Amino acid sequence: MSRRELTCVICPIGCNISIIIDGNRPTQIIRIQGNACKKGAEWAHQEVENPLRIITSSISVIGGDFLLASVKTTKPIPLIKVKQVMKEIHERKLIAPVSMGEVVISNPANCDTEIVVTRSIQINPVRSVNEK
Amino acid sequence: MLNRDIVIIGGGPAGLAAAIAAKETGCSNVLLIERDHILGGILNQCIHDGFGLETFNESLTGPEYAARFINNFNDLGIEVMIGTIVLSLNADKILEVSTAGKYIRIKTKTVILTMGCRERTRGAISIPGSRPSGVYTAGMAQNLMNLENICIGNNVCILGSGDIGLIMARRMTLEGAHVQAVFEILPYCSGLSRNVQQCLNDYSIPLFLNSTVTEIIGNGRLEGINVAQVDTNGFPILETKRFISCDTLLLSVGLIPENELTREAGIELDPLTGGAVVNDFYMTSITGIFACGNVLHVHDLVDWVSEEGSEAGKNAASFLINGDIGSKENHIPIMHGKGIKYTIPQRVSLKKDFTLSLRIRTPGRDRTLIIQDKENVVMKKKVHHLHPAEMIKIYIPKSSISNSSSLKVTLE
Repeated sequence: MSRRELTCVICPIGCNISIIIDGNRPTQIIRIQGNACKKGAEWAHQEVENPLRIITSSISVIGGDFLLASVKTTKPIPLIKVKQVMKEIHERKLIAPVSMGEVVISNPANCDTEIVVTRSIQINPVRSVNEK
Repeated sequence: MLNRDIVIIGGGPAGLAAAIAAKETGCSNVLLIERDHILGGILNQCIHDGFGLETFNESLTGPEYAARFINNFNDLGIEVMIGTIVLSLNADKILEVSTAGKYIRIKTKTVILTMGCRERTRGAISIPGSRPSGVYTAGMAQNLMNLENICIGNNVCILGSGDIGLIMARRMTLEGAHVQAVFEILPYCSGLSRNVQQCLNDYSIPLFLNSTVTEIIGNGRLEGINVAQVDTNGFPILETKRFISCDTLLLSVGLIPENELTREAGIELDPLTGGAVVNDFYMTSITGIFACGNVLHVHDLVDWVSEEGSEAGKNAASFLINGDIGSKENHIPIMHGKGIKYTIPQRVSLKKDFTLSLRIRTPGRDRTLIIQDKENVVMKKKVHHLHPAEMIKIYIPKSSISNSSSLKVTLE
């Protein structure tokens, strides 16, 4: 048996939750303690089995009025996939214009999510010529 | 000289919300002045998510949150001057402004101050040592990385556990830098607990409490820092001093409301918040000048900044339409009892219901906030989780206050 201590991030109360895990089978949860609500227990369960995160980053843009387009995943992805997803984000380049909500990568690292742009970028005529 | 009814200084979340509310309340002659070349303020560089949970019930990134207000602002056709800086403001509400190489003067009936805040620097906390490159405030680093596409360093330490520092620890890790540790002089983290989990724990970045940087070392570029634990008075314990090699140090050591214009105009300031003293209409000590957002007091959530901006904008417009709101002579002060760091507003007219925003001094659990007038307890509120990083808001109906010569807030 092993024990994991987490601070719940569902609401500002920030319960200190303990999770007792069967050491032989890594994801077998025996007991969850310290949570004030059901949501906390569900979150703790997810945290231990397969923590999920929204990832935000940016992608460089050629010829735009900004140098970078900020991006995010539309759905949270497994924490263990973050490195692979970041690699795909780093390899991508965009050409202005791009608009907020535009999908720029579908299913990165085979995750059930899309990478979308979170800032609209117009063409900057000078940069557009120089950078191409 | 230009003439306007409302001039709003600063186009961040507070200024945008104030402009929108003023226009919607019925004031057509509104001008917003912004020194950057784009609207949105610091939200533009905050590309992480978590904004708008209170207002829109969804987790937006900074640019997305800003875009909602900017679109609304543009749809209303509100006048804006970008790339424009206010050089001075006086008590007669005359502004001297520099815009696109021109100097202009603007006479206005009301002003809403929404200049936001700036970061405390190395100088503000007096870290000894040499002056190499590679020492940045966390927000500056965020600006360079997220807007200017500049790589600021590879081997990073962070002093201060404010939210921007925690966010940058994750951001730099994801962009390929090695973030060694975060050091915090206080015995608790000053950022939100969800950021400790998602920005530090997820990437195994250690947070050392009761610790600080005692020396910055480097010739040209930063070569490393000395860190030490501190005693209960916050003084470094020299025996614990150790050297850490790094090329970049980020400082996330607090924010200061940017009140140079406020001070010059002769507006009364509150040393506890670093911002103006306001009444329940967010009006400062000069009639017709309002303040809201981070220039008034530093917030933890942008949602509350927008809400405050909206309230101030509405009040400024009704002031123009209906004349004076709450003469200052009849205001009652709000006194601070045990455990309270500050309150906004600092005094109230009792002409309307109001929301009291406050911060407490130290973290705690299961305490009671008590608000009392001269004789009676007006309100008791149980709070399960208290942290200086998290602002508390309490709605107070004016009908609940009977004896109105003063109000006192205490944490029991």
